[in-house]
Amino acid sequence: MGVSVTNFSRSGLSDWIIQRFSAVVLAAYAVFIVGYLLANPALEYAQWKEFFSCTAVRIFSLLALISTVAHAWIGMWTIATDYFKPVALRFVFQLVCFLAIFVYFVWGIEIIWGV
Amino acid sequence: MNQQRPINLDLTKFSFPLPALTSITHRVAGVILFVGIIFLLFALSSSLESAEGFAATKKAVTTGFGSFITWGLLSALAYHFVAGIKHLLMDLGIGETKESGLYAAIFTIIASAVLVVLAGVWVWA
Repeated sequence: MGVSVTNFSRSGLSDWIIQRFSAVVLAAYAVFIVGYLLANPALEYAQWKEFFSCTAVRIFSLLALISTVAHAWIGMWTIATDYFKPVALRFVFQLVCFLAIFVYFVWGIEIIWGV
Repeated sequence: MNQQRPINLDLTKFSFPLPALTSITHRVAGVILFVGIIFLLFALSSSLESAEGFAATKKAVTTGFGSFITWGLLSALAYHFVAGIKHLLMDLGIGETKESGLYAAIFTIIASAVLVVLAGVWVWA
């Protein structure tokens, strides 16, 4: 099948398991960050900066960022191959997704490691 | 071969059962989050830049038009989270039958609706 060359890991089963693993990581990270914000309603800059300077938070953030890259690509690939039949349209859509994910990745690392 | 055989793939003519609607909504919420990452990264970047940046970001995400983006993204996250857990449970073989699938879909809608309201309370109250 022509569409299989643009999937994330060249294997549907592998993509499937990566999508599940990254989903669990992202769910845990979402609960972690939302929980932190809920637990600290009067959050100030110094505390926020200290939180993101913590090595464990940085590593968890990087893991979430990498999970986002995989999860978003597989998710958008599923949507592209399900709904866009014309090859040109699908190609452009996937190219835009790739560029967006690449920017998110580089920008995200810059933010997480620039604190 | 009958060339006039019915090929009905007009999505607007389908009658979608509730589990199908919760599934497509899960995809829509995923796309919203994918685009929303721009706002999340921008907010994270500016909030960590300086004390002034933090104050400006706090104001931007909790007041005016920005508060609606915050609420919208929290809502998309809540729905994608709940419907995603439903997907993971279905992978484990839970809620796969026609009947239990319908209950799981109803539960997904109720649970995410509660979280969407709570997100609104968090943002505006």
